[in-house]
Amino acid sequence: MKILVGIKRVVDYNVRVRVLPDGSGVDTEGVKMSVNPFDEIALEEALRLREAGKASEVIVVSAGGDECQQQLRTGLAMGADRAIQIKTDGPLQPLSAARALLKVTEREQPGLVILGKQAIDDDNNQTGQMLAALWNRPQATFASEVVLDGEKATVTREVDAGLETIEVDLPAVVTVDLRLNEPRFVKLPDIMKAKRKPLDVLPLEELGVAVENDLAINTYSPPPQRQKGIMVETTEQLVQELKNRGLL
Amino acid sequence: MSEREIMEYDVVVVGAGPAGLACAIRLKQLQPDAMVAVIEKSAEIGAHILSGAVIEPGPLDELLPGWRDKPPPVCVPVARDEFWYLTATGRRRLPTPPQQNNHGNFIVSLGALCGWLAPQAEALGVDIFPGYSASGIHFTADGAVGGVIIGDMGVSRDGTPKDTYMQGIEIHAPTTVLSEGCRGHLSKQLIKRFKLTENAQPQTYGVGMKELWRVQPGKSQPGLVQHTLGWPLDSATYGGSFIYHLDKDRIALGFVTGLDYADPEFTPFEAFQQMKHHPMVKDLLEGGEILSAGARALVEGGYQALPRAEMPGALLIGDAAGLLNVPKIKGTHQAMRSGMLAAEHLAEQSTASGFDARLKSSAIVSELHKVRNIRPGFYKGLWRGLITAAIETITAGKLPRTLTLHADHTALAKVTEYTSPDRHWGARELPPRDRLASVYFAATEHDEDQPVHLQILEPDICTSRCTQEYNNPCTRFCPASVYEMVEDADGQRLQINAANCVHCKTCDIKDPYQIINWVTPEGGSGPNYQNL
Amino acid sequence: MSKILIVAEHDGQQLNLSTAKCVSCAQKIGGDVDIAVLGQNVDGVAAQAAAIGGISRVITVSADHLEHPLAANWAPEITTLAADYSHVLAPSTTFGKDLMPRVAALAGVNQFSDVMEVLDERTFTRPIYAGNAIIKVSAAAGSLVAMTVRTASWQAAAGEGQASIEARDASHADSGHTRYVGLKSEGGERPDLQSAPMVVSGGRALGSEENFSIIYQLADKLGAGVGASRAAVDAGYVPNDMQVGQTGKIIAPDLYWAFGISGAIQHITGIKDAGTIVAVNKDAEAPIFEVADIGLVGDLFTVIPELEQLLD
Repeated sequence: MKILVGIKRVVDYNVRVRVLPDGSGVDTEGVKMSVNPFDEIALEEALRLREAGKASEVIVVSAGGDECQQQLRTGLAMGADRAIQIKTDGPLQPLSAARALLKVTEREQPGLVILGKQAIDDDNNQTGQMLAALWNRPQATFASEVVLDGEKATVTREVDAGLETIEVDLPAVVTVDLRLNEPRFVKLPDIMKAKRKPLDVLPLEELGVAVENDLAINTYSPPPQRQKGIMVETTEQLVQELKNRGLL
Repeated sequence: MSEREIMEYDVVVVGAGPAGLACAIRLKQLQPDAMVAVIEKSAEIGAHILSGAVIEPGPLDELLPGWRDKPPPVCVPVARDEFWYLTATGRRRLPTPPQQNNHGNFIVSLGALCGWLAPQAEALGVDIFPGYSASGIHFTADGAVGGVIIGDMGVSRDGTPKDTYMQGIEIHAPTTVLSEGCRGHLSKQLIKRFKLTENAQPQTYGVGMKELWRVQPGKSQPGLVQHTLGWPLDSATYGGSFIYHLDKDRIALGFVTGLDYADPEFTPFEAFQQMKHHPMVKDLLEGGEILSAGARALVEGGYQALPRAEMPGALLIGDAAGLLNVPKIKGTHQAMRSGMLAAEHLAEQSTASGFDARLKSSAIVSELHKVRNIRPGFYKGLWRGLITAAIETITAGKLPRTLTLHADHTALAKVTEYTSPDRHWGARELPPRDRLASVYFAATEHDEDQPVHLQILEPDICTSRCTQEYNNPCTRFCPASVYEMVEDADGQRLQINAANCVHCKTCDIKDPYQIINWVTPEGGSGPNYQNL
Repeated sequence: MSKILIVAEHDGQQLNLSTAKCVSCAQKIGGDVDIAVLGQNVDGVAAQAAAIGGISRVITVSADHLEHPLAANWAPEITTLAADYSHVLAPSTTFGKDLMPRVAALAGVNQFSDVMEVLDERTFTRPIYAGNAIIKVSAAAGSLVAMTVRTASWQAAAGEGQASIEARDASHADSGHTRYVGLKSEGGERPDLQSAPMVVSGGRALGSEENFSIIYQLADKLGAGVGASRAAVDAGYVPNDMQVGQTGKIIAPDLYWAFGISGAIQHITGIKDAGTIVAVNKDAEAPIFEVADIGLVGDLFTVIPELEQLLD
């Protein structure tokens, strides 16, 4: 069984993102770019499944310009067998990304597609679910445990009410949450090996997918700052104030 | 523990700063078949680099002709120089010293410049490995340096392996090039082991702190280079500020203090923050915001303190070799030139042997010889220093005298023997509020579940002798609030907030007992400087 | 005029409060607002939904395969219902986040995630980069607007409604490929720090691991989760997984208590989306007071026992 893992190149989580003064976007000049951390967890899970003999091949796929090859190489260095770049210039909104992934899925016929639950740049949390919808296959989002058993997978999901367990037939789409695993460090010699692993480039047009970014981003602004509130003198006043606000 | 995996290279370079990258690039230009690896502890190339920086373009012209057509991301030609003497509220223009004439130079972000050099090195076939610490030396059977040992990753605070544990590999190479910058921890070990400073005077240092600001539109005058002396320092303390006006309403400003200051109560970070409140600077910054901030120690010893730059199997370049030119306030051109010279030497000789003689007879060192007496001239205070500087400049260092240096950690006075002068420091309004807030702008990050990388060799001294004699100066000289004396249920103790560390090495240098040993944390840890 | 459909979140018995928050958002968009209640035997939940003020109609779709909110089964139903609407909303909870993109994809549109504000019926604001930037986004005219509503940004709409309830048959069969197994509520007496609506945190001022017990006591009295500043973690008073802040957990409880926490920017980063911040600190100059909604200068070892008494 093949596992397809979607990875996205994003501004590193350590970077303090800043809105440009003219509101046209965020300042990405000279900032560190990384594999989306949730996607790293997705890849780690795929690699563990392969190492446990549950999968035969792990393929990483990313959509973007040639710069995303850097992240694909990171995926290969972590242990993926090969990589696919869906080559496209501009950003893809989730529906187009899901359509492109669907095409790759049709070509590769994976038993499992694993993605991060969301990318830490646009925080959309849509692509995995959309792929499952277009593919008409099961989805298991927010996974904190994935158990493969023949033609089905049992997935524990981190939902607001606790831990929900569902069973899905394969092929299926799984999106992963933070607590699923802790991704491995990349071994230095594996960086060199990754340079020789296959990386196929598939232009988006050749996949027959049109870029349809139907949501227009008009302006970016910094988040509102918290303001200084009131000071109280005594514990009684504090409790009273909280009661007045319906918080106690 | 299993045998470490080994990778073999012809040359392994430790540190992807301007020296290391210039060396790697030059080597591949001269010997395309040479296998060259560059190890860098920061997660991204340039993320641990902090410098002013005004650079001389000469070495870049030699190394990468045509670079001006594709310049690094932050690169503003110097338009004019200003040199000021400050008092608490006033200022007086001084003539710009000839060493600081920056006509034809460029204001850059050295971090961004390194980030721009790295892919050019990779295009030549250099293997660059960011995110890996060279934590130890591999020695060959005959005691020569045979390469480096990469630090283990996934080790918990108490030293036990975590689930993610990964043993570091060894990189073996006939020649190891140490370009760790000022006070690199491998360089420090090797300098001691091979007695490389036997015939040199003690190295001396400064600590530089820098902030990158976006100011209100129109306030920045791109290309303006300003330096100041005087306030907020007293005349016994060496140091000064730089204010470099960049494009896009950005200003890089910083403050350098000689680490030979005597006052045990002195806080370099506070001096920097005070400087920002001088009317000349405050007007510039008000209404702006900090984009990035950090700190880094620099070498100031110059000619007298130069270590022997070679040992069996390894050589030193750049600030690791002590090559910064203090009167020019520049080290980048020296770093790159020494890296290129090392590459030329290795391409011809295939051995470290003979490099020191070659370096010492080069223009790199003669440039330092000319200005050798300027920095120690300031040991007697600002005014006598300026006079010495004038004499040494006029005579181009030809006077038959060489002033001696003293080690910085011995310069600190005991609290009972020193009264801090009134420096006329006032209340502050501009951010950052304190060092912890400053660290936020350094975006420094260390997995907290890893061994503390600031080793205290004799912890008992901290709460006994040091408290009495120096009032724990580590809590003040560290620009990142790593060291705190905490009073809790168990009494007074030293708390080391290792996760705040910005890898500046000041503690390793200035601690009066020399019991702080800075070692590399897990690869990829540390500050994430943006355009510093 | 907009026709808005809200997908109710419920557990089969109880309507989740997030649904009423979606109603507030829908009212801001303006237009007819209906609520869809899917499930099996959902009359009770439908009645609760019908009681929310300003609702025109509650549509129920009841079937065995809809008993649990499996997106694979729910999404086709919602998509079919949504054909009559201009907008379809769900809360930005794990329920809505799971379901809504599948609906949007079936409808052939992108989704607005975590809507914070309504600027007009097709223009909204939403956070990106973990709330470090806010974008204004608009949808092209004519297409279905699908969104999840950021619950922390909206108050629940008040009760007092009397909407009609209309039952419909399921339009789609069981997908057959996705099966619900079970739900385990997260264990322990103390709520999870990450999701607790109330959190009590302590800082360095606690002074020791033993002293930290008064934080646990107060938290248990309040039914709150427990957090700590990095200083308290570094000092060894509590384990690292309790750390709130830049290098710890980023949380957004409705009420956050900070005891003896100075309020370094690194800590504030972790609580900037909290509803109300209460700070108690001996140091009147502590930066925490610059962001606290209610501040009290005082010794936590005096204030906490007083609080406990007042809460009895």
